[in-house]
Amino acid sequence: MAQAAIELIGINKSFGAVRANRDINLEIVRGTIHGIVGENGAGKSTLMSILYGFYQADSGEIRVGGKPASIKTPNDAIALGIGMVHQHFMLVDNFTVLENVILGAESDALLTKSIAKARSELERLEREYGLEVDPDAIIEELPVGLQQRVEILKALYRGAEILILDEPTGVLTPAEADHLFRILKQLKEQGKTVVLITHKLREIMAITDTVSVMRQGTMVATRETRKTTVEELAELMVGRRVLLRVEKGEAEAGGVKLAVKNLTVKDSRGVTMVDDISFDIRAGEIVGIAGVAGNGQSELLEAISGIRRAVSGSVMLDGKPIDLTGAADPGELRDRGLAHVPEDRHHVGLVLAFEENENSILGYHDDPRYLKGPFLDIDAIRNDARDKITKYDIRPADCRLKTANFSGGNQQKIVLAREMEQDPGVLIVGQPTRGVDVGAIEFIHKRLIAMRDQGKAVLVVSVELDEIRSLSDRILVMFAGRIVGERGPEATEGELGLLMAGVEQREAAE
Amino acid sequence: MSTPYAKLPAWADYGLIPVINLAVAFVVAGFVVMLVGENPFRAAVILVEGAFGKGQGIAFTLFYATTFIFSGLSVAVAAHCGLFNIGGEGQGYIAGLGIGIVCLAFDSVLPWWLTFPIAIIAAAAMGALWALIPAYLQAKRGSHIVITTIMFNFIAASVMVYALVGFLKPPSSMAPQTRTFLDGAQLPKLNWVIELFGAKIRSAPLNISFLLALVMAFLVWLLIWRTRLGYEMRTYGHSPKAARYAGISETRIIIIAMMISGALAGMMALNPTMGDQHNVALDFVSGAGFVGIAVALMGRLHPVGIVLAAILFGMLYQGGAELAFEMPAISRDMIVIIQGLVILFAGALEHMFRPYVQALFASISPRSVGIEAAKGKGA
Amino acid sequence: MDLFNAFIQILDSTIRLSVPLLLACLAGLYSERAGIFDIGLEGKMLVGAFAGAAAASVFHSALLGLGMAILISVAFAMIHGFASITHRGNQIVSGVAINFIAAGSTIMLGQHWFQQGGRTPALAPGERFGAITWPGADALRDVPILGPIYAELISGHSILVYIAFLMVPFTWWVLFRTRFGLRLRAVGENPAAVDTAGISVAWLRYRALICTGVLTGIAGAYLSMVQNGGFVKDMTAGKGYIALAALIFAKWKPVNAMFACLLFGFLDALSIRLQGTPLPVIGKVPVQFMQALPYVLTVILLAGFIGKAIPPRAGGVPYVKER
Repeated sequence: MAQAAIELIGINKSFGAVRANRDINLEIVRGTIHGIVGENGAGKSTLMSILYGFYQADSGEIRVGGKPASIKTPNDAIALGIGMVHQHFMLVDNFTVLENVILGAESDALLTKSIAKARSELERLEREYGLEVDPDAIIEELPVGLQQRVEILKALYRGAEILILDEPTGVLTPAEADHLFRILKQLKEQGKTVVLITHKLREIMAITDTVSVMRQGTMVATRETRKTTVEELAELMVGRRVLLRVEKGEAEAGGVKLAVKNLTVKDSRGVTMVDDISFDIRAGEIVGIAGVAGNGQSELLEAISGIRRAVSGSVMLDGKPIDLTGAADPGELRDRGLAHVPEDRHHVGLVLAFEENENSILGYHDDPRYLKGPFLDIDAIRNDARDKITKYDIRPADCRLKTANFSGGNQQKIVLAREMEQDPGVLIVGQPTRGVDVGAIEFIHKRLIAMRDQGKAVLVVSVELDEIRSLSDRILVMFAGRIVGERGPEATEGELGLLMAGVEQREAAE
Repeated sequence: MSTPYAKLPAWADYGLIPVINLAVAFVVAGFVVMLVGENPFRAAVILVEGAFGKGQGIAFTLFYATTFIFSGLSVAVAAHCGLFNIGGEGQGYIAGLGIGIVCLAFDSVLPWWLTFPIAIIAAAAMGALWALIPAYLQAKRGSHIVITTIMFNFIAASVMVYALVGFLKPPSSMAPQTRTFLDGAQLPKLNWVIELFGAKIRSAPLNISFLLALVMAFLVWLLIWRTRLGYEMRTYGHSPKAARYAGISETRIIIIAMMISGALAGMMALNPTMGDQHNVALDFVSGAGFVGIAVALMGRLHPVGIVLAAILFGMLYQGGAELAFEMPAISRDMIVIIQGLVILFAGALEHMFRPYVQALFASISPRSVGIEAAKGKGA
Repeated sequence: MDLFNAFIQILDSTIRLSVPLLLACLAGLYSERAGIFDIGLEGKMLVGAFAGAAAASVFHSALLGLGMAILISVAFAMIHGFASITHRGNQIVSGVAINFIAAGSTIMLGQHWFQQGGRTPALAPGERFGAITWPGADALRDVPILGPIYAELISGHSILVYIAFLMVPFTWWVLFRTRFGLRLRAVGENPAAVDTAGISVAWLRYRALICTGVLTGIAGAYLSMVQNGGFVKDMTAGKGYIALAALIFAKWKPVNAMFACLLFGFLDALSIRLQGTPLPVIGKVPVQFMQALPYVLTVILLAGFIGKAIPPRAGGVPYVKER
């Protein structure tokens, strides 16, 4: 019988009225890679945060190496040899790699000594695990993959025997992810235990020895990876057979609605994020943009919707030019029939502190329908909001409720209802189903296809490759600010993955 | 998803918690009173009687409240747009320059009811102008408005000394203040309203600008919750990114909100100058701009709350004056301490008692804090 | 030579006027580098000045006065910490509250204890920090150029002046060469990184505020026990705000802070010196203009016309663990 590195027994954790973890039992065997899968909000991150001492369980027991452990702070976890690589890196951006590695684990009250010691230790770790990184580089100047490596080094420097990685591949290209997996395998060979939290089943199948599935705060199953299938895991995750493909007919593409030519966009630091991009969207089709997060999709969306000023390029909407490099603002674009469902509904698409009905006019608040002179027409606004609530089955059906009190899926429906009901000619949607429950995903996908069938031009940007493949009539792949390929909906995941990694860049440029 | 400070019934949120915070501030103030060897309960009685016991006291209380309504509204309008206007003091002070010039120019030729509107415009315009530069720098240059408005308070103080000494005071006078305004720039008193209720008033400075303050409170309510502009301000205040997405110009909304805020701060100068002293003197604002911060926080940025909070602070000022008279150990500086305590407990520590109140509500009636649904689901 | 002497005198008063600014500015540097905005510098200086003068006159000891100044100032810093760290309150609001409480309570208690209209009794020589004359200062006074510089500028200040200027390299060393400094800078940039590294964000920030309190306490003691022979109500007169301006001017760096404070001190010294004296070319400069100049300069800096001031990234934001 292999020895357990970690045992969790009867863990419970609530946040106010929400029970994030219920009666969780889990055993992780030493020297293995153990995957934990589940949808967003299934309670995976909460469970791992309890293990890392970031939160306290309300009840339950943790055993590390067979002994009962009391983990009250990250310090306790570190002392027990538990290290964590967070989804959002816990790095100080304007510090060097070395400074970040020693932060909290300084060997001496004076920095000079601590740094000297860390430097030699880091060299050893680099040799042993192939984790190369310049110790004097400033974090914000490093690419994401290397920043993650610094996080792993931080954990190892603290003597981690058990390494928890929370959604580590979300920001990585497939090539970087493969590199990460090689590192993890090497760690396993050296006797370390790895816990991999993810919602991507491909990764689970590729690298783990054992996999546990969480759903709605409970642990529903644990399987040996080689004895299970993607289909079984998917079903366990969502509790019923998933509809992987939305039913839809052939697209009947009409004339060009939105023509983007040579668009270049820089981010606030002045880095070129969208590099000379051109594409068209026709009436009656859904164009999907695939790509690893951070390859310019966000900036592209922001530029086309008028939120971010473009550096150069020309865009035609319904055959007429719009000046995205100068005067155009989101209001003008809306007036001309371009609706936008932004990626970040919490801070951009909605004002969470507003009542639902107030959000149902956001961006259309200067529409005469909602106004009486300079005053808001409160009755008209609320009636309009109630109509949308009924039509889009938004729950709870209360237009005076604070928007923050709706679930993610219902919040997304509030945004979609607002944008779709304006009957726009062009609809651009960023991450249509991020943080949305399964039931709402289906609803949203059907709505988007209905828009297409009404002859609207729809642009969907998503980091979920499955979503892109099931919705799109044409798929554009973005890498490093450029469109590196166009494929039909029949393209395989592998083919798109290569494009997303920038492998076939030359072919696309021709 | 619930935040750490989740639901409470609205009356608890807007009534109970502010009252608790206020009570704690007063309890701490009571300890200060004990420290200087006086009885805090007797002090409280003197304070309240001084403020409301006689018609005279009520009139003074409302006179002080008038200024605080303006300055509280000023802070609130900016706050709804996510801006902390700490410069009400300077904006009010510099408005005295506009009022001084208007009154000196017209008090001999126009009746008060013609001078007053001109002075209102001048005061509002000067206040707005003084808020414009920090607003512009915030909008265009990202300069932190808290710091720039603080700096402008000091600059205003220098400008006013220069103006008063340089050209506003009569050449023959040594005192840094204008000559006394003639009848054409003296606002009518409102004391007769209180006398209608049978109270007697010897002389008190309560004047017609109190009504202007109430009108402004209503207009601010209308602006924030019932107009498109107010909607845009609130959107920007909650989320600048959402405002950008909604096509609301950041520059425009910051500048408009700050100018309205500055105009309201400017109007607070009408009450002490035209309404009471009938001149513009050195330091006539004397901290009222900062009191506005306490009033706005106490009133939870709502005009009704602000009027109530302003009356409370008016009471403190008036009752405090009585207190200083009756209890020699307590000077008017006690009021400054109480203000500080109110700002501390109603502002910076506003959430301190919330978890306890929430726990209390949860134990009495789980439904009221939204726990019921989750229990049902868990079972 | 007259002009030279006048210049030396202006520089001498520049140093004297810069000291409280410098101490308060470095105080603000500790808290803002740790991610806590502090517009309560003014109030903490004021209570420091009061506590220092009061204790010195009661116990007849300058050192006890200084100790009390530091103690009370730290206590007020802890109130700021309690509101803005423990209860995640608005840091600006908390700072404003502290300034109010300080302004009111110093006068109230001063009047209650000493009955001199809010003043403390005038301090006797032993109750103040006297000037320290450096060896040979008197002998060298008559040496041209260097003599006056040594005797007037370098020698003849109180111990607190030397402490203030020594604080500059010391603060730099603490910030950039010690473990505490590394963590303090980290918590001002990304508190979550500090938290997950197993360090308490709250305790770290409290310690930064203790440093702030100590320095504002010394600044206050300087005002009431060196510059003035006792406490006078509102004696900080906005110096806490100028220090804040200087901190921004210095872009949150210790050595820059010294130069910013010297500049503002110089403007102050100049305005006192030039009161009523016409200048060549410009003519008579209104004293109000000179007084307003530090604030105007800071606004111009903030407007980005003299480089860009980038504050610590986590500044002003209470730390809440993310879900």
